[in-house]
Amino acid sequence: MSSLPLVSTAAPGHPVAVAVPAWPALVFKRLSAMPKLAGVTPASRLEVRPTPQMVSSGVREIDTLTGGLPRGCLTEVCGPASSGRTSILLAALAAATQRQEVCALVDISDAFNPHSAAAAGVNFEKMLWVRCGMRLQKSGSPQRHPSALLRAGSATAKNEKIEKPVEQGLRVTDLLLQSGGFGLVIIDLGDTPLKTARRIPLTSWFRFQRAVEHTATVLFVISQVPCAQTCASLLLKVSGKKLSALSCQFSAKDSSPTHAQLLDGLQVQGELLRSRLDRKPAGSVTAAFATKVRAG
Amino acid sequence: MPAFACIFVPDFPLEALLRAEPELRSQSLAVLEGKAPLQKVFAVNENARRAGVSPGMSKLQREACTSLVLRARSLSQEAAAHATLLDCAQSFSPRVEAAGCDTIVLDLAGLEPLFGPLPKIARALARRASDLGLETSVAVAGNPDTAALAARGFSGVTVIPEGKEAEMLGSLPVEVLFGNSAQESGQLLETFSRWGIRKLRDLAALPDIALSERLGQAGIHLQTLARGATSRTLVPFEPQLIFEEVIELEYPLVLLEPLAFLLGRLLEQLCARLEARALATQELRLCLELGNGWQTEEIITGTEARRSFQRTLRLPVPLLDSRTFLKLLQLDLKAHPPGAPIVKIHLAAEPVRPRAAQNGLFLSPAPEPEKLELTLARIAGIVGEDKVGSLELLDTHRPEGFRMQRFAPSEPFSPRRHPSTVLRAGSATEKNNPHFSVQMSSMNSSVPELALSERCLGGGFSTDSSDDLVTALRIFRPPVGVVVTMEDGNPAYISCPKNKEMQGEILWAAGPWRSSGDWWEQEGWARDEWDIAVQGETGIALYRLVRDRLGGRWFLEGSYD
Repeated sequence: MSSLPLVSTAAPGHPVAVAVPAWPALVFKRLSAMPKLAGVTPASRLEVRPTPQMVSSGVREIDTLTGGLPRGCLTEVCGPASSGRTSILLAALAAATQRQEVCALVDISDAFNPHSAAAAGVNFEKMLWVRCGMRLQKSGSPQRHPSALLRAGSATAKNEKIEKPVEQGLRVTDLLLQSGGFGLVIIDLGDTPLKTARRIPLTSWFRFQRAVEHTATVLFVISQVPCAQTCASLLLKVSGKKLSALSCQFSAKDSSPTHAQLLDGLQVQGELLRSRLDRKPAGSVTAAFATKVRAG
Repeated sequence: MPAFACIFVPDFPLEALLRAEPELRSQSLAVLEGKAPLQKVFAVNENARRAGVSPGMSKLQREACTSLVLRARSLSQEAAAHATLLDCAQSFSPRVEAAGCDTIVLDLAGLEPLFGPLPKIARALARRASDLGLETSVAVAGNPDTAALAARGFSGVTVIPEGKEAEMLGSLPVEVLFGNSAQESGQLLETFSRWGIRKLRDLAALPDIALSERLGQAGIHLQTLARGATSRTLVPFEPQLIFEEVIELEYPLVLLEPLAFLLGRLLEQLCARLEARALATQELRLCLELGNGWQTEEIITGTEARRSFQRTLRLPVPLLDSRTFLKLLQLDLKAHPPGAPIVKIHLAAEPVRPRAAQNGLFLSPAPEPEKLELTLARIAGIVGEDKVGSLELLDTHRPEGFRMQRFAPSEPFSPRRHPSTVLRAGSATEKNNPHFSVQMSSMNSSVPELALSERCLGGGFSTDSSDDLVTALRIFRPPVGVVVTMEDGNPAYISCPKNKEMQGEILWAAGPWRSSGDWWEQEGWARDEWDIAVQGETGIALYRLVRDRLGGRWFLEGSYD
């Protein structure tokens, strides 16, 4: 066995790299000769990950800010209620269906409004809507246990459990991503309580990220607070800008606005919190845009 | 030179059973016929024959063979095996004659440029029949009757050259002339036996006039057959496009695993038959006959006390993958268990033309239909069948005016947008044949879509995208009931006992917008809508507040986001 040291252990606890590049060919040769290190690729030979293809988010300002939505990556949009998250979701959905891509919406809160989507221009023929909700699930299902009885209602109450919407949503998303072929998969956690959303294990997000990697799928998540953490390649925070302005404008109780004043669109402000696409810090870059009232 | 092939299945009732249970091929098997306890052996395989079992044995006689496997004769399985035999013949030639349940004759004229020389065609026929689960004898000759006699008399593949008919048939026993009707011709056989005629060459050598004087025209006909000199035209038979498979179970099934095993076997047989006809299926019908056992609410069909459980699997595109079908059936049975032991399985497939898809470099990605169907079935198992699919908006102002429908994304070049090309039973393949024109029209209609796809995939973004951004409404399902305090006819404060975040002072309110509908029906509705801004803990939130004018209740229908 070779005795060529790669790392000096002269100072215990503080390894110091030894200058071995003098014979790189010899080092690689000896590395490949060692069974445990045969599969190791030197960092200098690692390939640079290609830049993902970007597609339109349906909102010009967001496209300008982020460059669009990256394929094969997880994009997260977070913000409080009435901040414009769903408007962005519908815009992305409309843009994707207009590109003739097959899309899927995992609606964990079952909050999707078809009339708003129709007003946004979503092509329903290309959209799969999965509505999660409380449901009794037989734990002894034949799929898991092939020897289950072919008898209706054979499962006892002990074998049944209530599956929560978030659990359903994660399982459904897993199935959709493993199935492949979807241009856009959306997970709507917009109304999910903060505690529940934060309890989603990081391993789930890692699995989703790995599933969409090297595919043409855009995985899009909306939530109240960032959930996917480091798994999100793009993190956008939105807030309702007009609401704050209105708060100042109509501070007096007697000056109640008309319908047009109140809902003539929302002024949405988006802030790019994280972007792992270009290897530089995103900083606090913002963009503002407005929505229009067309909802039924 | 005319050429005809004959496919003959020796011990047809036995082969029909072995097709359903191929693992019995290596064992001693006997088929029983009659009502218990007077059942008699009807057919035996080679192993049973060696063990001393022969047709006609009674129960007491056959008990001497301990390793004998007994099965009752199944007419439904024999019908399926006959249909399989026809499919096998039809996959080579459109001119097919059903000479008996176990004998098929087909015209090979003009097939040599397609399939090669006659011996090769004969071997391919035997191989195709073997793939479909039937062990057959195949013979090729210049006329149909000679081919049938050779197939009955010789095992394996036989090719009789022109002019050698009498020579090759001469070694066969005279019994092959009568085939399955040997009992009716017992008198003739007895006569031949008394004359010392055992082989066909002996019959062929008899003088014509003397034979005619003694046996009449029947004797002359038999002699012509023995010489291989008959001349007749084939009577083509156009089989109906019915693809059905049946298994009658020895004992009731109560578990899904053995049922899936049997379903898998039936599906493989169905898919092989469809493939032989270059067809696929878009609809599978499963009918399970239930035995007496657990209580069930299923419909009792017919006058018999047996209950049947039916499930129909409709697919958005024609498929031909037995594993996909099996998984879909398993998921469907998991969601809808039959509720009683199963004694008979009946599976049928509706034949359609296979899907013709043209992929393109610039087309958007789309899920594979097989994978998508499985995924949808699995998702339906998680969230429920009515909670997954695509949307269809209804022509109404009623809240929640939509319905869920089956998700089947149309492909840019798919013929799905046009009427289905379902082949009905008995209809020729020429019926409903708009395939080519369908594709062309689809291609024309999808040119703008393709251009759009190319533009978007190429990285170009729509310039006026923000103009399409709408204020979205998130619906609360079910609506959140609230208590509203009114001031001067306007809502001033809402409180929600169930959700503390949805209560507080109403900063602004716009409305009401009054709407109603369906007053002429029992499901009439009338409501006042308000758009309100509520100061919450995290900021200002916009809600849609609704008062049900019929019930007088207040509730939040959704939030603007």
